[in-house]
Amino acid sequence: MNKLILIVVMMGIVTYLPRMLPMALLTNLKLSPYLKSFFIYVPYAVLGALIFPGILSSTSDTFSALVGGTVAVILALLRQNVMVVILGSIIAVYLFSVIY
Amino acid sequence: MESNTTLNTLEKKEFFLYNVASGIKAGVPIAVGYIPIAIAFGLLAKSLGIPNIISVLMSIIVFAGASQFVGVKLIALGAAPLEIIMTTFILNFRHFLMSSSLSQRIESGTSKKLLNILTFGITDETFSVASLQEEAKLNPYFLLGLNFSAYLSWVLGTCIGVFLAGGLPDAIKSSMGIALYAMFIGLLVPAFKGSKNIFLVSMAAVFINSLLYWSPLFKFLSTGWSIIISTMLAAGMGSYFFPQGGKKDE
Repeated sequence: MNKLILIVVMMGIVTYLPRMLPMALLTNLKLSPYLKSFFIYVPYAVLGALIFPGILSSTSDTFSALVGGTVAVILALLRQNVMVVILGSIIAVYLFSVIY
Repeated sequence: MESNTTLNTLEKKEFFLYNVASGIKAGVPIAVGYIPIAIAFGLLAKSLGIPNIISVLMSIIVFAGASQFVGVKLIALGAAPLEIIMTTFILNFRHFLMSSSLSQRIESGTSKKLLNILTFGITDETFSVASLQEEAKLNPYFLLGLNFSAYLSWVLGTCIGVFLAGGLPDAIKSSMGIALYAMFIGLLVPAFKGSKNIFLVSMAAVFINSLLYWSPLFKFLSTGWSIIISTMLAAGMGSYFFPQGGKKDE
């Protein structure tokens, strides 16, 4: 039990350090224009990489995941609120898996 | 003079509460996605024979989805502690990029202590919601509220999974797996309309990540590394070819 707690605490430490250090070191630091624009692009790049291909294995089968993803894209293009996008996508996957 | 100071502190307090509240509200979509995943984590840990208290402790201390799933599997397999810790480190190292990016958006003058608390809450999801806020500068208390929503739902969900077990029917559980991806799409796609550059950078990341995922040459790369590499290459190309950045030019 103590060994498990120690493992969890170590997992916590190695997870926390990469979260904490850049903020502690880079805030209030003057970065070059290149790095500044790099960090502006990071969220969009990371979202792209997080979505695909991970989304394909997010439900019980690839097809229902594609249906859910497509519905999400359509709702997002229609400028729906994020909550609507999420619920619409869940419902689409659910209906798809019930029907097929 | 005195009444003036009182008013000032009152306004400050209201401003603080306003920001925390709007952060909590912005975190609701994250909570919707986290709860079913956290329940699934709790259920998995339980089925693997991990003591309940350890699973909950892991959600409280580590607070990073994918690595926790892998973590409990490795513990159940009796893997060496060093291997478990290294795997966790590698899986979660991408937060390094997110923290760096956020450091350029956070309001200056935020205390170090508060920053150290806020950075504990950086996840793929809180980072995405925070980064895609319209405001050029992010209020620290907004982030505090946002993290609070995410953290609370993650820990609560884990408790539900561990202590109440059973839970939702399979069809619903599996349908909810799409939730966080739908949230990412809901955040990302509207940003495309404002900027062609943003669209190209995202697509480059999708392309590189797919290449790393399907090419047998890169089979050795974990998901964590693939995301880091795709992000750095795509954002690097973006700032090389379109140095103006996406929309926030300041």
